[in-house]
This record gives sequence, structure tokens and C-alpha cells, in this order.
Amino acid sequence: MNAKDYMAEARGQAAKPQGPVKAAAAKPAAPPPEAKAPEYRHIGKPTRRIDGREVVTGRAAYTQDIKLRDMLIGKILRSPHAAAEVLSIDLAPALALPGVFAALKLAESKVRYAGQQVAAVAAVDERTAEKALSRINVEYKTLPYVVDWEKARDASAPQVRDGKGNVEKFNEYSRGDVEKGFAEADVVVERTYRTAFEIHNPAETHGSVAYWEGDHLVVYDSTQNVHGVRDGLARALKVPAANVTVIKKYMGGGFGSKLGLNEQTVAAANLARETRRPVKILLSRRDNAVCVGYRPSSLQTYKVGAKKDGSLTAFSLVNYASGGVGAGDEVSEPVVDIYKCPNCKVEEFTVFTNTGASRATRAPGHTQGALGLEGVMDELAAALDMDPLELRKKNYSTRNLGDTGLPYSTKGLDTCYELGAKAIGWERRNRKPGDGSGPVRRGIGVATSIWFGAGVPGTLADVVLYPDMSVEVVCGTQDLGTGTRTHMAVVAAETLGLEPKDITVKLGNSDYPWAPLSGGSLTTPSVAPAVRDAALKAVDRLKAVAAARLKVAADDVAMGDRKFFAKSAPEKTVAFADVYRDLRRETPFHGERTGYPGDAYAFNTFGAHFAEVEVNVETGRIRVLRYAAAHDSGQIINKLTAESQVVGAVTQGLSAGLFEERVMDDTTGNPVNPNLRDYKIATSLDIPEITPIFVDVVDTRLNNLGAKGLGEPPRIPSSAAIANAVYNAIGVHVREIPMTPQRVLAALKRKGAGS
Amino acid sequence: MEKNSDKKHPGGVSRRDFIKGMGTGALGTAVLPPLLGQTIATRKGRVPVYDKKTITLTVNGKKASLTVEPNETLLDVLRDRLDLTGAKKVCDRGECGGCTVLLDGAPVYACMYLAIRADGKAVKTVEGLAEGEKLHPVQEAFIEKDGYQCGFCTPGFLMTTSAFLEKNPAPSLDEIKQALSGNLCRCGNYAKIYGAVDTAARKMRGA
Repeated sequence: MNAKDYMAEARGQAAKPQGPVKAAAAKPAAPPPEAKAPEYRHIGKPTRRIDGREVVTGRAAYTQDIKLRDMLIGKILRSPHAAAEVLSIDLAPALALPGVFAALKLAESKVRYAGQQVAAVAAVDERTAEKALSRINVEYKTLPYVVDWEKARDASAPQVRDGKGNVEKFNEYSRGDVEKGFAEADVVVERTYRTAFEIHNPAETHGSVAYWEGDHLVVYDSTQNVHGVRDGLARALKVPAANVTVIKKYMGGGFGSKLGLNEQTVAAANLARETRRPVKILLSRRDNAVCVGYRPSSLQTYKVGAKKDGSLTAFSLVNYASGGVGAGDEVSEPVVDIYKCPNCKVEEFTVFTNTGASRATRAPGHTQGALGLEGVMDELAAALDMDPLELRKKNYSTRNLGDTGLPYSTKGLDTCYELGAKAIGWERRNRKPGDGSGPVRRGIGVATSIWFGAGVPGTLADVVLYPDMSVEVVCGTQDLGTGTRTHMAVVAAETLGLEPKDITVKLGNSDYPWAPLSGGSLTTPSVAPAVRDAALKAVDRLKAVAAARLKVAADDVAMGDRKFFAKSAPEKTVAFADVYRDLRRETPFHGERTGYPGDAYAFNTFGAHFAEVEVNVETGRIRVLRYAAAHDSGQIINKLTAESQVVGAVTQGLSAGLFEERVMDDTTGNPVNPNLRDYKIATSLDIPEITPIFVDVVDTRLNNLGAKGLGEPPRIPSSAAIANAVYNAIGVHVREIPMTPQRVLAALKRKGAGS
Repeated sequence: MEKNSDKKHPGGVSRRDFIKGMGTGALGTAVLPPLLGQTIATRKGRVPVYDKKTITLTVNGKKASLTVEPNETLLDVLRDRLDLTGAKKVCDRGECGGCTVLLDGAPVYACMYLAIRADGKAVKTVEGLAEGEKLHPVQEAFIEKDGYQCGFCTPGFLMTTSAFLEKNPAPSLDEIKQALSGNLCRCGNYAKIYGAVDTAARKMRGA
């Protein structure tokens, strides 16, 4: 899936054409904008994961663990060259090897990056498959290539795409008159910020197991999108979508790299078709650095103008992003949206190189954009001699597009600022950046998050009641480790008056009711309301059945303590078990996510992060000491797993801010750190105390629970808050992540030179 | 934690890749047969050269005898031959701890440990942590404190933690951080894992 489709999905646009949604949009409910959070028994409280026992006993079956009878192991041969013509591929020596069942050519006439697939084999075991790959003869004619995106901007650089330049404008935006805005400003600040290529590196590498039952294809896939992979496979293999089933029981992380159909899934399905046996293909750790995406780099130049009192008069942004043979990310959404500013102009360019295509990476574009925008806000605050938090509050907007567009349905960012500042002790910061002395300096920084997370109308879920009082909730969504299974159980249990452990949850199968991909922070706001809708219908039926037993009107029936009773005569009761038994057969109820009057309001999620750091100005080493992350993501469904989302996202932002960078080797066209030793990620030794805070702003216009997404919002400002804290500590903004000791020392030198 | 080095030789082939490739690669075919059954000199004295070897492991309390190739890792033997898929293959080169199992009570990276070296030893995997349906306190604590997200690295964390708490029943936060530093969690849930380890320690102390 490319970044553009992903962003459309994230904005909740993908499923808009679906029938029932229109009906709902025609008569938008008009509840009070900020309803007080209702009193729930389970929703919003901490609930332990219902699948915890499976995971901690090692019984949870991930795609890597799937083993089927007569299963073959597939392996993919990849190009060592960053650009080459493929003159010939000779599979015969591989096929001659005992134990090899099939081989396929995958490369077309040209390869455009090192790691691009060339051929595949299926063999009796991994070693035989590896040996078979080494027997395949490929004749290449190598071509000039460029893997350094800054060199790729030169007109003389090798062209990555035939007959097209390497630089392409992919986004522009303008409102008001920026020249006029800058002319009106008392202070103008212009700064450039850089972000690196970050590799997703999920713990479980991409992998698929495919087999055919007659003309029906079944695939176990480590995916964030069972329905999307099903549709993609149907197209790729030219079979009806109805004849494809994609299953994902457990998965070891994705972070955006598993949103679409993967090449190895198609190869496994084709090899399985040819051999009539199940075929399993797992990618290697190295493959994760070359062919399944990464976060594109960015080089963002911001110019901002403001009056003496801090009110913004104009913003401009020029961004160069690189996504290899794929696209760069739009980083401009935060600057366009979040602060009140009448004049704004954006131009974004992508730079093509001979490296694998980028993929959506947890909050694509926004994390990069937050680093730049929030950096320049702090540098502006210093130029105005103003508190950075006051500057943000001064330009607080209540409508999107910098206060020129639709009103936000709800926006709890002001509360996030307030609670986050209190938690970190904002008053302890240096009044002027770099005020401290000595070799170890402390600083505190803030950064803001805006994201989508409204969910996708049209999402479906079933609640099935059984006469033995078991309850099943079924939805073709995915649990990435985010806790979706438990959310579904929490919502069903809350609505039906049961406990989460009473609910059997079925998900991760494309034969189940439609749900969108798990990305864009849209799983909870799509799935939870659909489950709620189905469960409310189930309750209506149960009340009707109970009413017959109690010999009262259905609207006189209430429930509590696993009983139904008559409101008019509370001593008249009937136990849940008797009412369920009266259903006589399992009874499904179909729920759908509706709501979303998107033409009248803007629906967004917000957050404010605060970091305290310590910087050694002699070694350049940064330590994050304390962290507070406040979020408005509407109604929280499960506080326990919500906290984990925040803690994890802060940790990933810390990791990207201090350590993570894919480095390409000019002389070979390959990455030099395609592993977990040389590509540094945060370890347990790097993590501060992290305080997650949720401000309960329930958006009842949006859906029946007022729930919004949380997966991405805490990832957005986490590198930026740390970068701003470092600025507050040492008095110079590093302006580039990862903030390695070398870059910190270079920044200090820049400060010494007075620029 | 046993640390195995994986230093690249100047030619770009790591010691481990070399050993793994010997059984099946062209080099192995050419070099090994004349040496089979013989001994060769190493820095640690003379060692025998095997083709295949029958080893006996005690895995989660049960004896298992099987014939392994000299280049098979303990991880592959556990996952592919004994169907114990709890230990995960994450990096396959000793960088992340996802495959951590206990060998005679001490945590090792199973991906860096040749199966023949485990001959005669007791192996404990995550599948052997609970006693029947009764979860180990470490397992209970990871559920209670939400000490994981995707759960893929969790078996490794559980094994490291269980061995660590046997040695240090009342660790400080810094000691917990040190003990876990050989296990990577890409979901980034460390801050929750600290709480889980602390809770597990209390449970095990009966506090």
C-alpha cells in the first residue's frame, strides 16, 4: 500500500462510498459536543488481555510458527546490484537438486535496487532451499546507480526511473498570502531540519504460509490487513476474491510495514499452486532492511513570521523527502493544520534513489513534520523571548487548516498542555535555552501531536449469542499487539452485562465481517463501535425474550447482576442463563460503525509530550530522564493497553531521536547496517520513567462510544519533544535526528561559532 | 547471559556462517569427509569432527534423543525438530534475545548455540515455565502489568527474567534494566516490563 492510499485510509475516507454510511451522514446526530464520560464498568478501566495466557505460555501461533503437513520451505533470491539489466535467469541447476520442488523467475528485465526479488524456490527444507538459490545462475549487466538521496538531486546523477528525473514535486498547498504575512511579522525565523531513514524492524519478519484446497487459496500471513491481502492475492493470482482466505492469528509487530500485499506472499501462493503442497516463506532480518520499506527521510526548511506578542503571521515549508524507488512522505500536515495562522505555503518534493520503496511507518509524515515544526516553534519562542508553551497556547486553533477550516468536533489539546506541563514540572525548565552550566546540562521540552484516528464508517462486526450463554464476537480485523481482541471483549461485555473473560473473540480472518486495515490509528474507532452496535441489538433481543418470561413490556426490562428484571417491579427477575436458553439456537447480531458527519466537523486526535533530558556537553551523550505524554484520543476503551501504546510509542520516538538510521553504502549500493546490531534501537538501559495521561473528551458526534485512535498519536511528538528538551539544555537546536553524540557536538560547535 | 561473538573475518564470512555452511556447502563436502571421525587441533585442544551426532537433551523435564548435524543450532532443533515454537527467531544472530532459553538454568541465545554442545544438558523453554495450568509468577506478572504488546519477544523476556530472579530475588530498577539489556522489545514496552519484573519478584518472594 502506498503512502497516499494509507493517508486516505487514515483520514477515514476509504470506506465512504458504502451504502449505510450515507444514510447516517444524512441526519447527523447533534449531541452536546463534549459529553461527560459515561459511567462504565469495563470501558476505560484497565482490563488484562484476554489472550495473555496464550502469549506467555508460548502457545500463541504466529505465522513463523505455522507448520503444515508436507510443507515446503520457500526462499527468494535477491539482486545484489542496485541497478542492473537481468539478461538471463537459469533455474535448471536449482531444479536438478534433490529436494527442490519448484522454482520461479520473479525479476522483470531490470532491477532498480539491491534486494529486489529475482527468483524463488520451494524445497523440502531451509538448507536445501538455500543451496538451491546458490545454484541459480543470473546474468546481470550492471548499470550506474545512486543510493545517496542528496547526490540523486544532481542533474548528472543516474536516473532511477527510465526517462524521468529523480526529483518530483508531489505536494503543494497555499492559503492566504505568505509574502504579505512575512512583511507584517516583527520576527522571522528560518531553519532547516533533517530526519533519517528509519527501518520498521518488527520482531517477527514478514512471512506467509500458503496452500490450496482445490481452487481455494488459504494463506497464513503476518499482516495488518487480512482483507486487503485477500483482495491483492485475488488480483495477483487471477482468482475470485471469494476463493481466497487470509488468516492472521498472532503477529509480531508491523508498524506499517505489513499493511499491504507482500511479494513473498504471492511467491508462496504461486509455488504452492505449482507443487500442490503448502509453502512457507519467511523473510530474513536482512530483508527487513532492503525490501519491505522504511520511513522516508526528510529535509524540511521552515520559515515562520510572528508579531512581538507571538501571534503567527505566516508559515512556509519546503520539504525534500526520499523513499527510494517509492514515494516520500508528506510532512506538511502539522504545519498546515495545527497553529492559528492565516498565511501558509507548502511545497514538497520526493527524490528517487536506487533503494527499496518506503512504506507507511507509524504516523507517516507527521513524526517528521513534528520534529521540524515543533523545532522551529521553539526557535521562534527563543527569538521572541517567550515561553514555548505560551507561544503554542497563543496560537491555539479551534478549526482545522490553521483556524481557517472546519471546527474540530472536540479538541482536548489545551488540557493535554496543562496536565503534561504539571506532570513534568514545566516551571523547572531553563528560562532561556542553554541557561545551565557545567559539563552535564538539563533541559525540558514540549511538542504537540495532531493525527486523524476517526475510524472508518462501514466497519462490520457480529455478536453471536449461544443458548449455553457463551458469546462470540467476530470481526475481520487484526490485533497487532495493540490489544484489539481485548477491546472487542471489553465493549461486548460492557454492553451485555458480562465480564471480558466471558467473551470469545474471533478476528484475523478475511472470511469474517469486513474491517479496515490496522493502521492509521483506525482499528479501535472502527471496530469498537461496530461491536457496540451489534451488542446493543443483542441486548434488545434479550430484553424482548426476558419480557415474555416476566410478562412485562420490553421497555420495562432492565439488566444487572446477570439478571433481567422489570423496572416497574424489581422483584420480578429472570437469570441471564434462562433467557439465553430461550434463544434455542445460536443467534447472530450484525453491527456496523456509522456516524462521522465529516462535512461539518474535523475529527482529529491530539497530544502534548514533555521530556526532560540531560546532555553531556563534553561527550555529546543524551539521556532522557523523565517523560510525560498527555493524549486526547476520545473515550479510552482499555486503560491498561492504552498505556502500553503510549509507552511503546514514546520509546520508539526516543529510539528514532537518538539512535536509528539506515546507512547506505555508496560503493556497493547496499545498506551497511541491515541487522539489529549495527542498526541501533533503544534497549532497556535507555528508557526513562514515562507517565501516560489521558484527557477524557468523549466525542459523541463521531461514533456510539466517542472513541478515537491512539496507535500513532503518541509516536508523533516523541522525537520532537526530546529534541526540544536538548535545545533547552544546551542552547542550540541539533536540528537533525538521530541526535548522535557527534551531531550534538557539531551543534555545540555551531553555537560556539555563533550561528 | 552467554554472549557469543559473531565477528566478521576479513573475507566477510562470519565464524558462525562458516560453521553453519560447512555441512551442506561446497567447502564442507570437500573438506569434511577425510576428517570425519578424526580429531583436529584447536586452541582448546583437539576436538572430534562429527558428521552427525546423536544427542540427548532433557527438554522441559522430558528426555529427548535425536540425531543432529553439527551445524544445527539449538533454536532450529527446538523449533523444527521438537515443535517447541515458543522461542522465536528474530535476528538469528545473537542480537536480540528473542530465542532465549535456559540451559542448565542459565539463559542462552539458542540461535547462537550449536545443538551438539547441548548434549546431556537440561533445556527449559517458555513451554516449560508453567506447571501444568498453573502459570509461573513471571508469566502472571507479565499479564497483570501488560509487560508486552505483540508478544513475539516475550518468551525471551520471560526466560531471562525467571533466571534473573532466581539469582536476584529483590532487584533494584537499575538491576532490572541491566538484566534485561540483552533482550530487545521493538514495540518498546520496556517501561511496562520493569513493572512486570518487579511484580514477579514480589510474587516469588511471597511479598
